[in-house]
This record gives sequence, C-alpha cells and structure tokens, in this order.
Amino acid sequence: MNGRRLLAMAYKEALQIWRDPRSLAIALIMPLMQMGLLGYGVSLDIKHVPLCLYDQENSQQSRAIDSRLVAGGWFTVVARLDSQAAIRGAMDRGECIAAVVIPVDFSRKLATTGTASLQAVFDATDVNTTNIALGYLQGVVAELNARLESQWAAAHGTRVSLLGEVDARASTWFNETLDSRNFIIPGVVAVILALVGAQLTSLTVSREWERGTMEQLISTPVSALEVMLGKLIPYFVIGMVDAAMCLSLAVFWFDVPFRGDLALLLASTALFSLVILGIGYLISVRIRSQLGASQVALLVTMLPTTLLSGYTFPIDQMPAPIQALTLIVYPRYFVTILRGIFLKGSGVVDLWPSLAGLAIFALLIVWFAARAFRKSLD
Amino acid sequence: MNPATEPAVAARGLSKRFGAFVAVDHLDLAIGRGEVMGFIGPNGAGKSTTIRMFCGLLAPSAGSASVAGFDVGTQSQRVREHIGYMSQKFSLYGDLTVRENLRFFGGIYRVPSREFAERTAFAMRMAGLEGREDALVATLAGGWKQRLALGCAILHRPPVLFLDEPTSGVEPQARRQFWDLIHELAADGVTILVSTHYMDEAEYCNRIALIDRGRLIAVGSPTELRAHGLGGELVEVACEPLGAAIKALAGAPGVIDAAIFGDRLHVVLAADGPGIGGLPGLLQARGVRGGAIRSVAPSLEDVFVRLVSRGADARGAA
Repeated sequence: MNGRRLLAMAYKEALQIWRDPRSLAIALIMPLMQMGLLGYGVSLDIKHVPLCLYDQENSQQSRAIDSRLVAGGWFTVVARLDSQAAIRGAMDRGECIAAVVIPVDFSRKLATTGTASLQAVFDATDVNTTNIALGYLQGVVAELNARLESQWAAAHGTRVSLLGEVDARASTWFNETLDSRNFIIPGVVAVILALVGAQLTSLTVSREWERGTMEQLISTPVSALEVMLGKLIPYFVIGMVDAAMCLSLAVFWFDVPFRGDLALLLASTALFSLVILGIGYLISVRIRSQLGASQVALLVTMLPTTLLSGYTFPIDQMPAPIQALTLIVYPRYFVTILRGIFLKGSGVVDLWPSLAGLAIFALLIVWFAARAFRKSLD
Repeated sequence: MNPATEPAVAARGLSKRFGAFVAVDHLDLAIGRGEVMGFIGPNGAGKSTTIRMFCGLLAPSAGSASVAGFDVGTQSQRVREHIGYMSQKFSLYGDLTVRENLRFFGGIYRVPSREFAERTAFAMRMAGLEGREDALVATLAGGWKQRLALGCAILHRPPVLFLDEPTSGVEPQARRQFWDLIHELAADGVTILVSTHYMDEAEYCNRIALIDRGRLIAVGSPTELRAHGLGGELVEVACEPLGAAIKALAGAPGVIDAAIFGDRLHVVLAADGPGIGGLPGLLQARGVRGGAIRSVAPSLEDVFVRLVSRGADARGAA
C-alpha cells in the first residue's frame, strides 16, 4: 500500500467522474430529483378525500353535518347529488371515493328517538384509502355525537351520565403531527445513497475493461487494494456530500424534526456508504460489461432498500419468514438508525444492534471487495 | 548466473493453453540486454499471449519465464516494476489530458518527484506533444497517441519494454518516427520486445523471432534469416505460362519450393542439388517459353512465407 499510488488512482478517478456528464448527473442531480419526488410524492396521509353528499333532508341539522365534514380538511365535497343512482355514477367515474347520505327523516328521528343514522358509501377498491377515510368519517360522527349529547343534556337539564365520562386519549410520541412524511424522508436518504453509490461504482471497473485501459493498469506495480481504495475514495466523498445534501433538505426544507446526534448520523452514513460502494465495486469487478453491471447494481441495492428495509412497509407487519429475511437486508439497519436519530433522538445505546449489523456488513463487503479484483487476464 | 550476461528476457518451455487450444507451445527464447527483438508472426500466432505472460498478466500453463532477472510466476510484482508495456489496444485514458495521463502513470510508477518534471518533459518532447499538454488524449491522432503511450510506458525508465503491435493502424510516416524512438531507447540499454505484422518493420530489429501457431520457428538477425532461412538458394525465373512452369518444377530433384511471385517464379534450390543449371531442361520439357534465370537475394517476406509453409507441411506430414 503506497500513498503516492493511492493518490494518483483517486485523482484520476475524480477527473474521470468530473468529465463524465452521466456520472455527474447521477452524483448531483439525481439525489435532488429523488428527494423531491419521494419527499413530495410519497405520503401515506390522505387529505381532501373526494366525497359526494346526498342530503335528502336539507334541514339545519343536515347542513351542520355538511359543514363538519369539510371543516377538518379531511374531506372535500366534490358534488351534492339528488339520487342514489347518481352516487353510483359518480363512483364509477372516479369522481369520489366516499359518499354520505343524510336520510329524509334524519332530524325528526333524532328529535324523537335520540338516535338517527347516516349512510356512508365507500369505493373500496383501494382498501387502505377506504380505511383511512372511514376513520376520518367516524371521527366526524363522534364529534357530532358529543355535541348533540351536550346539547340534549343542556336542553333537558340533566347529565348524560351520572358516573362521569370515561375519556380515552391517545398520546402520540416522536411524530406528534402523525405526518407520514417524517417517517418516510429519513429513509429516502438511504434509498438515494443506495441508488447513487451503487450506480456510480458499478461502472468504475467495467468501464476500464471496456475501454481497454485495464490491461495497461494491471501491467503496472499498482496493487489490487490501491486500485479499490483509489477508485472508491472519490465515490465515498460524493456519497457523503449527497447524504449531507439530502439530510439538510430533510431538516430545512421538509421540516423533519431532527433530535439526535449529528456525529452518530454521519458515522452511520459513512458505514452505509462503505457497504453500498463495496457492493458496487464487487459487481463492477465481477461483471465486465457496463450495462450488465448497472442492471445488477439496481437489483441488489434499490429493491431491498425500497421494499424490505422498512422504509415504506413496516417490517413488523411482514410475515415471519420475510421478517427473518430482512435481517440480511443491510438497508434495514440504516433505515432503523436514521429514524431513531431523526425522530427519537436515539443514541448509540439504543441503536447498537443496528449499528453492529451495519458494521458487520461493511466489514464483510469490503473484505470481499478487496479480494475480488485480480491483476490478471486469466 | 552473471547479471551482465544473463538475458534480460528468457523463456524456457513457456506454454499457455486456453482449454483445448494451445496458444503458446513450449517457447524457448532469450533476449539480450539492449537488444531490439522483433516478434513476427501471423494473427493468432501467440505473440500477444507470450508478451502478456512476460508482463505477468497471464499465468503460464507450463514452463517459466524471467524478465529483468525476476520470475514472472513468483515475482510478478517485481517484474511489473521493471517493465514498460504497451498493449495492442490503445490504453491511455482518453478523457484525461496529455499532462494528466503522464501525471497518473508517473504516480503509479512512483517516479521520484525531483525527476518527475524532467521525465514528463522528455516524454512530451518524444511524443512531439509540446504545447498540447492540455489536449484531451481522445482528440489526438493515432501516431501521437502511440508515442504518448510509449512515453507513459517509459516514465519510470524500465530496463525492459514490451510493445504489442505498437504501430498497427498508424500511418507510415508516424511508424518510421516510432521506430526511431525505439532505437534511441535501445541505444540507452533498454531491452525491447516488439511485435508487428509489418514485414518492413522486421528489418529494423536486431533480431527476429518468428512465431506461428504458438511455436517459435526461427530466430536470427534479418541478415542471418535471409541467408539461411530458406534452406537453399533463391532464383527468379521469368517465363510463361507460369502454371506449366510450376508443374514442371514442383517436386523436381533439387527444387525445394517454387511459387509465383508477381509475373515470375521464385524457386528455392537445394544447395546439394543440380542448381541453376538443371532448370532450363525441366522447363523446356513442359514447353515453357523464355526462362531468364537469375539468382536473387531473398526478402524477409520470402523467408517468412517459406518458414511458415514449411512448418505447416511438417505438421501435415506428422
């Protein structure tokens, strides 16, 4: 291992990245694009659910319901209809995914019996959205009930319950606004690092084979370790710059709360970068065509990072065998660490299993990568 | 072994197999210090494979080789420190400038920093690229690229140079300049093995190793090969029709070979046969007219064609 040769390798590689528009675009523009797309586009919250209202009664009472529905911003009334058939039509055309029918005798029943029913219709083709919309609607109705009860009690001069009211209050920690963006964006950083790091490094060795420069390079005294480290240093710097860029955007643009230790964040990001760059380099050594290397890199980094890391799909909701599988899906450790640091302010003590997992992966991958490259044409 | 007399490059029974294909077959070769050895042979003869084994890029299947006193199998790192190599395919970084390529190889070969400026200036001057230090290498014409590649390969003053078809695809004028550079280096004591398939370039070498189908079939200086390579005397016969003349001479006693050469025949006569005097009789018997016969000095091309076809005949007979 010689510093002079290492420096020559790293400087050459940096120059080549700098002169290659494609590499530059992947290194600098792709992270911003991804951050924008995933930051804005991926949200598990549903707001302004399109709703149709069929108010058969059109009374003071029913208009109050109308205004409650839209007040929270959860629903938008897209149409006020006048028949059941029109509801069906609106759903078929995709104009709304929920409809509320206020029966013609709603006020009268409420006044005489103390209870009345609303009819809610949902387009359940997207079960997830339907469940969330149903939850919102139940919230609106519960609020309405509470108001009606207190009105009724005031009017009759009695308490509703002699025993007092049992009040269950949910208290949310760590992501108080229940904004799924806060949950997702820290994970986006992992996705971007995986994508950019592996895409760039997967080409670094195969490019030299394709252009014929590798034969010259391996006829020199440069060692396999110097080739690997020299090639990876510039990509490591790019990875860390990209990470800093994305993390800053997360905190200062998307307002994701940051409660943890910056040093721990950078250290774990560096570990994850090592794993990703090692994988990219391994692929590059094994697959001598640039196209093939790029495809494989996408497959082994993006898929596990987006699907099995817990980045969008919670790991504890997966079937047991898949949960076991995620233990070897290296991004899950980093996603866990990122969320812990961002939202909970967790430190080394809380995160050590994931940190250890990531460190073990980094060691293994770098060890394999260092042994993979042979200075031989055989 | 005495370092002064030990060959700079030596191969002993050097062989390389790729599966069932034998690319290099028990090659024995010794190249002295400061010698320019030409490596000549048809495409696929095993020239590049042999050079790659000398450079430590391919492991020999059998036999051994040493370069600058180091064994290519067990001391390949030491070998690499003492050689310069130009692969057949142009292999500098096209997206780097002239200066950046030189700086890169200077760093990789750890050229001492006090010598670095002088060495790169020399390489630039040698390549004729002064004033174009900041040009991207991809934009250079073939001859300049090759000279720059040579410049990069000798930055660290290697005692042994391997050049694999360095002049292929380079225009004649640039080829001539390239050979001048090779001789300048050899005059400084650098040992050079250079492969080519240009016959005229063979004349520029101190010695020539002719290789065909993995086997070394002749080694010698151009003069020696011309004198003895044919195994007989070369005569030129002007006559017609040529077809009938060939039939008359082929296989006749004392005639080693007869081949059409332009509008004449080139005939190789055995030293112990009837000689030139026997030819007119043979030709007239077949009704061939003319018959101006004169002894000519063989070109290297005559020798190579003869040696390669003799090798093929020997294999056919075996």
